[in-house]
Order: sequence, then structure tokens, then C-alpha cells
Amino acid sequence: MFPKPIQKSAPWLQASYKLLLPLALFIWLLPLIGIAVTSVRPSSDLAAGNYFGWPSRFAGVENYTAVFTNSNIGWYILNSFKVTIPTVIGAVGLSCLTGFALAVYKFRLNLAVFFMFVAGNFVPFQILAIPVRNLTIHLGLYDTITGLVLFHVAFQTGFCTLFMRNFIKALPFALIESARVEGVNEWKIFRHIVLPLMRPAIAALAVLIFTFVWNDYFWATIMAQSADVRPVTAGMNELKGQWKVAWELITAASIVAALPPVAMFFLMQKHFIAGLTLGATKG
Amino acid sequence: MALQRSSRWSQRRLAPWLFLAPGALLFLLYVIIPIGQSIWISFYDWDGLGAAKWIGLRNYSDLFDDDSFYTSLYNNMWWLLLYLLAIPAGLAIALFLNQTVAGIRLYKSLFFFPFVISQVVVGLIFSWFYAPDFGLLPRIIGFFTGTETAILADERYATFGIIAAGLWPQIAYCMILYLTGLNNINPEQVEAARMDNARGFAMLWYIVIPQLRPATFIALVVTVIGALRSFDLVSIMTAGGPYGSTRVLSYFMYEQSLSEYGTAMGYGAAIAVVLFAIMLVFISLFITRMLMQERNA
Repeated sequence: MFPKPIQKSAPWLQASYKLLLPLALFIWLLPLIGIAVTSVRPSSDLAAGNYFGWPSRFAGVENYTAVFTNSNIGWYILNSFKVTIPTVIGAVGLSCLTGFALAVYKFRLNLAVFFMFVAGNFVPFQILAIPVRNLTIHLGLYDTITGLVLFHVAFQTGFCTLFMRNFIKALPFALIESARVEGVNEWKIFRHIVLPLMRPAIAALAVLIFTFVWNDYFWATIMAQSADVRPVTAGMNELKGQWKVAWELITAASIVAALPPVAMFFLMQKHFIAGLTLGATKG
Repeated sequence: MALQRSSRWSQRRLAPWLFLAPGALLFLLYVIIPIGQSIWISFYDWDGLGAAKWIGLRNYSDLFDDDSFYTSLYNNMWWLLLYLLAIPAGLAIALFLNQTVAGIRLYKSLFFFPFVISQVVVGLIFSWFYAPDFGLLPRIIGFFTGTETAILADERYATFGIIAAGLWPQIAYCMILYLTGLNNINPEQVEAARMDNARGFAMLWYIVIPQLRPATFIALVVTVIGALRSFDLVSIMTAGGPYGSTRVLSYFMYEQSLSEYGTAMGYGAAIAVVLFAIMLVFISLFITRMLMQERNA
């Protein structure tokens, strides 16, 4: 293990490490702690210049209520769910198929198709933006949830395919070989032998894609116009303009908007990190 | 018997394409083909509604005469350079946290926390953190220097202020990659080196870092791509201002073609093509390395 376990160090070093940990964390999260405290301040504190002291009283309930009653944020959050959940299902579902195809079959274009997915996944959004928006308009899907979902599913399929293909490649291939010898057809091999083994990969991708798509801002900005489509990231930018210096509301709304992926992360931490660090240990 | 075998064989030839079809067609339609279309549009003068007029390379020659383009390019270079700091910083935090004391798991999760939050919220957090009069940072600077600085309103500092905000989640990302990497290094090698009296920095440099190469490679990929993709923070924190000084290529393109007043489709497409060309250099490097690994596997 590196660095040397602290338990083997001098007692004073151990004590200072234990002291340093919370201090470092406090500094690291200082901006976040700052907005959390601001979100429960009464607006009178901000007017009186009490920005850093203890809030004069706890105004969390009124601030968070005001966020929901003064704005469309409730709708925006609902829209984000309406975009995110179908995207997760679509992208993960499609990539189970593509990942299986690229991991199990040997054919001439295999690597070419695989690297098409990988490379496409790295391109800047701006090179896609004009044609994708035009395509969406032509399909009659501009400013609709479906329009956003279709694009996200297509784009996220790139990353998901990379992930799924590498995951299936690491499974024991003998399993598939012996099923073939028994005469099991290809679809059944996928459905009954490989798919059940993919559960951890599906869970990991689901939380990752949820977070990626929930946090998307660029596409939410250029593909959605009306309040009943706009996801919460684009909505936040609007609220920032609307509330200007009412920081107790902006900060409270920020926390509300950040909550779903944060909850997802803490609930499914193991899968989240497994997904994010795929490939960080081998190769 | 022979018939059955050949039908089995053709099933196995056809199957991959059937499995691939839905995902690959959607990906072609929304990702691969649009790249070509954007390159095509960049040769036209087009407002997005009326007829498009072929103007050859005019958009590009206009671009190379446009000061905003050079500002954006220059800022993109800073983004790329400074973002790379996320890699050593992430490694440093990972080394700091790679211990087994009580509660360390929670510490690791909380250090990782900024990555989970959307860039929009990170942008708002840092706008608040930097805000003149009441922001935390101007207070701290004011305490040491006696003058408060409005970072995001100052052309000299605004871009760096935004990059610092971007580094926060990026360091967290690199940290988690290295924590996983550290978890998987070969303890025997470390112990053997310890027997040979290697310690501290020498141990890190000669024994540990070489074993962390896969993590470093991924950290490099996500950091470079993240730096060049930077859009959200610029849009949220300054909208390119003050006086366009914090523009990057991605935001400049948005202003020209996609924002409320942007109708210069050909010009915006040309900007996007330049950004794409820059990223293509890195994408090719990454793909080449991944391809070499595939061949060796």
C-alpha cells in the first residue's frame, strides 16, 4: 500500500492526520458550505450585510417554499426527469445490444464500428448542434421532450457501447461457446446467458447516464424553448436572471436542482464509481 | 446436416449487424452524419431560414480576421493548460486520502462530491463565491491585500476565475480515478522497493506512478476533452463577458449561430470545425493508443 499506512507512523503524525482530514474537507467544500448556509438565511441578513456570520434565524423553510412558489422550478425538475429517465432506458438498452455485438462476434468492421462509437463520444457538441437542431425541427420535434431524448439516447449510446463492450469482453467466453455447441440460438445466448451477467454494468451505466443527462446544459438550452419542456439546468440560468441578487433564492434553487443526481450518487455510490473508473486499473 | 450448419453460420454472420442496427443507425444519424453536415454548412453563407449561398472558404478567412476568434483560441489554450493541473492535484488528494482510518470512505465520497453537481450549479456557486461586496473570496483577498477584486468583472482575471471553478469538479474526477488505481497497485512491488530503502518521492516516481498509467491515461483523456468542451461555466458565469474577454470557441460558436440573436450558421459552423479539428488531434492520439492496446490484447 502506498503511501505508508498512517497507523505505522509516529503518534503525533497520526493525530495531525486526523486533524487535517476534516480541515481539508472543510476548505475543499467551502463554496458549497457557503451556498448551503446562504440558502437558509433570511433576506434581511443579506440586506444587512450579514453574509458570513451565523444566520440571524433559520429561514430555510420560507426560502425553499419561495423557490417553488415563485418560479417554475417544480416543472423544470419534472421536465428533467421526463428527459433523463427515458434516455437512461434507451441508451442503456441499445448499448446492451451494440456492446454484445462488438464483444462477441468477429467480423471485419468490428474495430471500425467500435472506434466510431468511441470517437463520436469525444467530439465537441458545437459540431453537431446546427444539423441536430435542423433535423429535430424537420422531424417536428423541436422544443419537445422527445426531441431532446432522441438526441441524448443517440449520443450516450457512444459511451455506453464502449463500456458495455469492454464489460462483456471480460466475461468468460467459454460460456457462449458451450451454449453454441448445444445449439442455442444467438438471441437466446444474449437474452439468457449474457444479459443476466450484465446487471452490474447496467446499474453502473444507469447512474452515470442519469447524472450526465440531468446535468446537461448545452442541449437543454438550444433544443428547448417553452417552460413545459425546459430542463432544470436551463431553467436555473433563467432564474438567475430573474432573481438577480436574491442569493438566498438562487442558492436554495441550486441545491434543489443538484439534489437528484447527488441522491443518486450516494444511493448507488459503488456502481457510480465502478462505472466512472472502468479501465483505470488495467490496460 | 450441412444445410443446418450453413444456416447456423449465416445466422452468426448476420447476428452482429442485427444487434448493432438500432444503436448504430441512431448514432450515425445524430452524431456521425452531423459532423459532415457541419463541415458542409461552413462553406455557405446561411441565416438558417433562407437560401444558403456557397461562399467557399470565406467564413474561414473572415474567422482568421476576427479578433474574437483569437481571444477564444487564446482562452481555450489557457483552459487546456490549466485544466491539466487537475491531474497532479487529483493524484495529490488521492494520496492524501489513501489511508484506512475510521470514516475515510465518507471523506472520499465528500471529496468527490463536486463532480456530481451540474456545471450550472458549480457556476452559480463560484459566481457567489467571487461576487464583489459579499463573496467569500474577495473578502479573503481583501483581508490580505486591502483591496477587493471583482474577479468575474475584471478582464484580467475573469477567465482564470472560470477555469478555477471548472478545476474543482475536474480534480475530484481525477482523484477518484487515482484512488481506484492506487487500490490496485501491486503491494509486493511496493514492499520489495521498501526493502530496498525506496521511500517518499522516489517510491512515488519510480514504483507507484508507472503502475498508475492506466488511470493517468483516462485522467488525461477526460481532462483534455473537458477543457476543450468548456461551455456551461462560461455561459453561466460571464456569458462571454466582460467585453467578450472570456469567450472560448464553443461559446463563440453558440453566440454566432444558436443564441437568441445568432443566425450566422455558416460562420458558426466554421468555428465548430476549427474546434473539432483541434480536438481531432487529441482524439486521434487517444484512439491510436486504445487501438494499440486492442491489438496487444
